[in-house]
Amino acid sequence: MIDRKHIGATTEEVSIDVELSQLRLFCQAIGETNPVFLDADAARAVGQERIPTPPTYPQTLLNLSPFKKNLVLDVIEADLARMLHGEQVFEYHHPIQVGDTIRMRQTVADIYDKKDGALEFIVLETLARNQDDVVCATLKSVAVIRN
Amino acid sequence: MSTQDLSTLKAGDALPTLTTGPITPLTLALFAGGSGDHNPIHVDKAFAVSAGFPDVFAHGMLSMAYLGRALTDWAGATAVRQFGVRFAAITPLGASVACDGIVEQIIEQEGERLAKLTLRATVVDGPVTLVGDALVRIG
Repeated sequence: MIDRKHIGATTEEVSIDVELSQLRLFCQAIGETNPVFLDADAARAVGQERIPTPPTYPQTLLNLSPFKKNLVLDVIEADLARMLHGEQVFEYHHPIQVGDTIRMRQTVADIYDKKDGALEFIVLETLARNQDDVVCATLKSVAVIRN
Repeated sequence: MSTQDLSTLKAGDALPTLTTGPITPLTLALFAGGSGDHNPIHVDKAFAVSAGFPDVFAHGMLSMAYLGRALTDWAGATAVRQFGVRFAAITPLGASVACDGIVEQIIEQEGERLAKLTLRATVVDGPVTLVGDALVRIG
Protein backbone atom coordinates (compact mmCIF):
# COMPACT_ATOMS: atom_id res chain seq x y z
CA MET A 1 0.00 0.00 0.00
CA ILE A 2 1.14 3.52 -0.78
CA ASP A 3 1.87 5.59 2.30
CA ARG A 4 -0.83 8.26 2.58
CA LYS A 5 1.77 10.62 4.05
CA HIS A 6 2.55 11.56 0.44
CA ILE A 7 -0.79 13.40 0.10
CA GLY A 8 0.16 17.05 -0.19
CA ALA A 9 3.66 16.36 -1.51
CA THR A 10 4.59 18.95 -4.09
CA THR A 11 7.32 19.65 -6.59
CA GLU A 12 9.35 22.80 -6.94
CA GLU A 13 8.11 25.16 -9.65
CA VAL A 14 9.99 24.60 -12.90
CA SER A 15 9.96 26.43 -16.24
CA ILE A 16 9.72 25.06 -19.73
CA ASP A 17 9.85 26.94 -23.02
CA VAL A 18 7.11 26.20 -25.57
CA GLU A 19 9.19 25.37 -28.63
CA LEU A 20 7.96 24.97 -32.20
CA SER A 21 10.24 21.99 -32.95
CA GLN A 22 8.75 19.94 -30.08
CA LEU A 23 5.22 20.99 -31.00
CA ARG A 24 5.80 19.87 -34.60
CA LEU A 25 7.00 16.45 -33.43
CA PHE A 26 3.91 16.15 -31.21
CA CYS A 27 1.65 17.11 -34.13
CA GLN A 28 3.36 14.56 -36.37
CA ALA A 29 2.85 11.89 -33.70
CA ILE A 30 -0.90 12.55 -33.36
CA GLY A 31 -1.58 13.14 -37.07
CA GLU A 32 -2.37 16.80 -36.48
CA THR A 33 -2.20 18.71 -39.79
CA ASN A 34 -4.19 21.84 -38.88
CA PRO A 35 -1.84 24.63 -40.04
CA VAL A 36 -2.91 26.82 -37.11
CA PHE A 37 -0.79 24.53 -34.87
CA LEU A 38 2.16 24.48 -37.27
CA ASP A 39 2.51 27.82 -39.00
CA ALA A 40 2.64 31.37 -37.60
CA ASP A 41 0.87 32.91 -40.60
CA ALA A 42 -2.00 30.41 -40.35
CA ALA A 43 -2.28 31.17 -36.62
CA ARG A 44 -2.40 34.92 -37.28
CA ALA A 45 -5.07 34.34 -39.94
CA VAL A 46 -7.41 33.03 -37.22
CA GLY A 47 -6.59 35.86 -34.86
CA GLN A 48 -3.84 34.21 -32.78
CA GLU A 49 -0.83 36.36 -32.01
CA ARG A 50 1.42 33.27 -31.96
CA ILE A 51 0.98 29.55 -32.69
CA PRO A 52 -1.39 27.97 -30.13
CA THR A 53 -0.95 24.45 -28.77
CA PRO A 54 -3.41 21.51 -29.00
CA PRO A 55 -5.68 20.65 -26.04
CA THR A 56 -3.56 17.87 -24.53
CA TYR A 57 -0.25 19.71 -25.01
CA PRO A 58 -0.06 20.92 -21.37
CA GLN A 59 0.57 17.28 -20.39
CA THR A 60 3.49 17.16 -22.83
CA LEU A 61 4.95 20.30 -21.28
CA LEU A 62 4.52 18.66 -17.88
CA ASN A 63 6.20 15.44 -19.06
CA LEU A 64 9.14 17.43 -20.39
CA SER A 65 9.46 19.75 -17.38
CA PRO A 66 12.80 19.37 -15.59
CA PHE A 67 11.59 18.44 -12.10
CA LYS A 68 14.41 17.29 -9.81
CA LYS A 69 12.24 14.38 -8.69
CA ASN A 70 9.22 12.74 -10.35
CA LEU A 71 6.44 12.69 -7.72
CA VAL A 72 5.11 9.26 -8.70
CA LEU A 73 8.35 7.41 -9.45
CA ASP A 74 10.88 9.09 -7.13
CA VAL A 75 8.81 10.37 -4.20
CA ILE A 76 5.93 7.86 -3.93
CA GLU A 77 8.15 5.21 -5.58
CA ALA A 78 5.23 3.60 -7.41
CA ASP A 79 6.09 0.66 -9.70
CA LEU A 80 5.82 1.79 -13.32
CA ALA A 81 5.03 -1.76 -14.48
CA ARG A 82 1.86 -1.80 -12.34
CA MET A 83 0.68 1.69 -13.22
CA LEU A 84 -1.99 2.73 -15.71
CA HIS A 85 -3.46 6.10 -16.58
CA GLY A 86 -6.97 6.24 -15.12
CA GLU A 87 -8.24 9.74 -15.80
CA GLN A 88 -7.07 13.04 -17.25
CA VAL A 89 -8.77 16.44 -17.01
CA PHE A 90 -7.70 19.82 -18.37
CA GLU A 91 -9.21 23.21 -17.68
CA TYR A 92 -8.11 26.01 -19.98
CA HIS A 93 -7.98 29.64 -18.91
CA HIS A 94 -5.55 31.27 -21.35
CA PRO A 95 -3.91 29.96 -24.54
CA ILE A 96 -0.45 28.40 -24.29
CA GLN A 97 1.47 29.58 -27.34
CA VAL A 98 4.82 28.94 -28.96
CA GLY A 99 7.30 31.35 -27.41
CA ASP A 100 5.74 31.18 -23.94
CA THR A 101 7.68 30.06 -20.90
CA ILE A 102 5.35 27.91 -18.84
CA ARG A 103 5.91 27.38 -15.11
CA MET A 104 4.60 24.18 -13.60
CA ARG A 105 4.17 22.90 -10.08
CA GLN A 106 2.62 19.48 -9.37
CA THR A 107 0.96 18.28 -6.15
CA VAL A 108 -0.28 14.92 -4.89
CA ALA A 109 -3.91 15.90 -4.25
CA ASP A 110 -5.12 12.50 -3.02
CA ILE A 111 -4.28 8.81 -2.67
CA TYR A 112 -7.08 6.28 -2.18
CA ASP A 113 -7.85 2.63 -2.89
CA LYS A 114 -10.72 0.44 -4.05
CA LYS A 115 -11.43 -3.29 -3.88
CA ASP A 116 -9.67 -3.66 -0.49
CA GLY A 117 -6.46 -2.18 -1.85
CA ALA A 118 -6.33 -4.19 -5.09
CA LEU A 119 -6.39 -0.88 -6.91
CA GLU A 120 -4.78 2.30 -5.61
CA PHE A 121 -5.28 5.73 -7.12
CA ILE A 122 -2.86 8.66 -7.08
CA VAL A 123 -4.43 12.02 -7.94
CA LEU A 124 -1.97 14.61 -9.26
CA GLU A 125 -2.86 18.24 -9.81
CA THR A 126 -0.75 20.74 -11.72
CA LEU A 127 -1.03 24.47 -12.24
CA ALA A 128 0.51 25.90 -15.43
CA ARG A 129 1.24 29.64 -15.49
CA ASN A 130 2.95 31.65 -18.20
CA GLN A 131 5.75 34.23 -18.12
CA ASP A 132 3.21 36.96 -17.24
CA ASP A 133 1.97 34.96 -14.22
CA VAL A 134 -1.33 34.26 -16.02
CA VAL A 135 -2.87 30.89 -15.15
CA CYS A 136 -3.13 29.08 -18.52
CA ALA A 137 -4.33 25.64 -17.52
CA THR A 138 -4.90 23.21 -14.70
CA LEU A 139 -4.21 19.52 -15.16
CA LYS A 140 -5.52 16.60 -13.14
CA SER A 141 -4.18 13.09 -13.70
CA VAL A 142 -5.27 9.95 -11.91
CA ALA A 143 -2.75 7.10 -11.95
CA VAL A 144 -4.03 3.60 -11.11
CA ILE A 145 -1.72 1.08 -9.41
CA ARG A 146 -2.64 -2.60 -9.89
CA ASN A 147 -1.58 -4.34 -6.66
CA MET B 1 -9.13 23.00 -42.25
CA SER B 2 -12.06 25.37 -41.82
CA THR B 3 -14.14 25.09 -38.71
CA GLN B 4 -17.88 24.68 -39.08
CA ASP B 5 -20.67 27.17 -38.49
CA LEU B 6 -21.82 26.23 -35.01
CA SER B 7 -24.35 29.04 -34.51
CA THR B 8 -27.35 26.73 -35.00
CA LEU B 9 -25.95 23.91 -32.90
CA LYS B 10 -28.40 22.14 -30.56
CA ALA B 11 -28.49 19.30 -28.06
CA GLY B 12 -28.31 15.93 -29.79
CA ASP B 13 -26.09 17.15 -32.63
CA ALA B 14 -23.02 15.01 -33.30
CA LEU B 15 -19.39 15.94 -33.68
CA PRO B 16 -18.04 14.71 -37.05
CA THR B 17 -16.40 11.33 -36.38
CA LEU B 18 -12.61 11.34 -36.65
CA THR B 19 -11.13 7.93 -37.48
CA THR B 20 -7.37 7.39 -37.36
CA GLY B 21 -5.18 4.96 -39.27
CA PRO B 22 -3.94 1.82 -37.50
CA ILE B 23 -1.56 2.40 -34.59
CA THR B 24 1.88 0.94 -35.33
CA PRO B 25 5.06 0.64 -33.23
CA LEU B 26 6.27 3.72 -35.13
CA THR B 27 3.18 5.67 -34.00
CA LEU B 28 4.04 4.86 -30.38
CA ALA B 29 7.74 5.70 -30.82
CA LEU B 30 6.80 9.06 -32.31
CA PHE B 31 4.29 9.70 -29.54
CA ALA B 32 6.84 8.79 -26.85
CA GLY B 33 9.20 11.41 -28.28
CA GLY B 34 6.52 13.91 -29.23
CA SER B 35 4.69 13.81 -25.89
CA GLY B 36 7.63 13.25 -23.56
CA ASP B 37 5.93 10.14 -22.11
CA HIS B 38 8.79 7.64 -22.13
CA ASN B 39 7.03 4.88 -20.17
CA PRO B 40 8.60 1.69 -21.62
CA ILE B 41 5.29 -0.17 -21.41
CA HIS B 42 4.37 1.56 -24.71
CA VAL B 43 7.58 0.95 -26.67
CA ASP B 44 9.47 -1.98 -25.11
CA LYS B 45 7.76 -5.34 -25.62
CA ALA B 46 9.93 -7.15 -23.04
CA PHE B 47 8.91 -4.60 -20.41
CA ALA B 48 5.22 -4.87 -21.38
CA VAL B 49 5.36 -8.66 -21.15
CA SER B 50 7.06 -8.47 -17.74
CA ALA B 51 4.15 -6.27 -16.62
CA GLY B 52 1.65 -8.96 -17.69
CA PHE B 53 0.59 -7.63 -21.11
CA PRO B 54 0.89 -9.60 -24.37
CA ASP B 55 2.60 -6.69 -26.14
CA VAL B 56 3.10 -2.95 -25.98
CA PHE B 57 -0.08 -0.89 -26.20
CA ALA B 58 -0.91 2.71 -27.04
CA HIS B 59 -0.56 5.62 -24.64
CA GLY B 60 -4.01 6.64 -23.39
CA MET B 61 -2.96 10.22 -24.06
CA LEU B 62 -2.56 9.41 -27.76
CA SER B 63 -6.28 8.64 -28.02
CA MET B 64 -7.05 11.72 -25.90
CA ALA B 65 -5.02 13.75 -28.41
CA TYR B 66 -7.08 12.23 -31.25
CA LEU B 67 -10.26 13.32 -29.41
CA GLY B 68 -8.68 16.75 -29.05
CA ARG B 69 -8.15 16.87 -32.82
CA ALA B 70 -11.84 16.07 -33.32
CA LEU B 71 -12.72 19.01 -31.04
CA THR B 72 -10.36 21.58 -32.57
CA ASP B 73 -11.15 20.51 -36.18
CA TRP B 74 -14.77 21.20 -35.33
CA ALA B 75 -14.70 24.31 -33.14
CA GLY B 76 -11.28 25.90 -33.67
CA ALA B 77 -7.79 25.67 -32.26
CA THR B 78 -8.44 27.65 -29.06
CA ALA B 79 -12.13 26.89 -28.43
CA VAL B 80 -11.76 24.13 -25.82
CA ARG B 81 -12.43 25.31 -22.24
CA GLN B 82 -12.53 22.01 -20.37
CA PHE B 83 -11.67 18.48 -21.52
CA GLY B 84 -11.63 15.34 -19.42
CA VAL B 85 -11.56 11.60 -20.00
CA ARG B 86 -11.57 8.31 -18.15
CA PHE B 87 -9.44 5.59 -19.72
CA ALA B 88 -11.74 2.55 -19.90
CA ALA B 89 -9.73 0.00 -21.89
CA ILE B 90 -6.30 -0.47 -23.42
CA THR B 91 -5.78 0.41 -27.10
CA PRO B 92 -3.78 -2.40 -28.74
CA LEU B 93 -1.28 -2.22 -31.59
CA GLY B 94 -3.05 -2.28 -34.94
CA ALA B 95 -6.12 -0.47 -33.64
CA SER B 96 -7.79 2.27 -35.61
CA VAL B 97 -9.46 4.71 -33.24
CA ALA B 98 -12.84 6.36 -33.88
CA CYS B 99 -13.56 9.59 -31.97
CA ASP B 100 -17.18 10.64 -31.46
CA GLY B 101 -19.03 13.28 -29.53
CA ILE B 102 -22.59 14.39 -28.86
CA VAL B 103 -23.78 17.83 -27.81
CA GLU B 104 -25.61 17.44 -24.49
CA GLN B 105 -26.39 21.08 -23.77
CA ILE B 106 -25.72 24.64 -24.89
CA ILE B 107 -24.81 26.92 -21.98
CA GLU B 108 -23.63 30.48 -21.35
CA GLN B 109 -20.63 30.93 -19.09
CA GLU B 110 -18.48 34.01 -18.50
CA GLY B 111 -19.95 35.69 -21.57
CA GLU B 112 -19.26 32.75 -23.88
CA ARG B 113 -21.65 30.40 -25.61
CA LEU B 114 -20.43 26.87 -24.90
CA ALA B 115 -21.39 23.39 -26.03
CA LYS B 116 -21.20 20.70 -23.38
CA LEU B 117 -20.29 17.44 -25.09
CA THR B 118 -19.93 13.83 -24.12
CA LEU B 119 -17.04 12.15 -25.90
CA ARG B 120 -16.02 8.62 -26.71
CA ALA B 121 -13.03 6.93 -28.33
CA THR B 122 -13.56 3.42 -29.65
CA VAL B 123 -11.28 0.85 -31.24
CA VAL B 124 -12.88 0.24 -34.65
CA ASP B 125 -14.66 -3.14 -34.32
CA GLY B 126 -13.55 -3.19 -30.69
CA PRO B 127 -14.22 -1.77 -27.23
CA VAL B 128 -14.80 1.77 -26.02
CA THR B 129 -11.41 2.96 -24.77
CA LEU B 130 -12.06 6.49 -23.51
CA VAL B 131 -15.19 8.18 -22.22
CA GLY B 132 -15.20 11.84 -21.41
CA ASP B 133 -16.65 15.28 -21.74
CA ALA B 134 -15.71 18.74 -22.90
CA LEU B 135 -16.85 22.35 -22.81
CA VAL B 136 -16.20 24.06 -26.12
CA ARG B 137 -16.78 27.68 -27.16
CA ILE B 138 -19.18 27.93 -30.09
CA GLY B 139 -19.64 31.68 -30.38
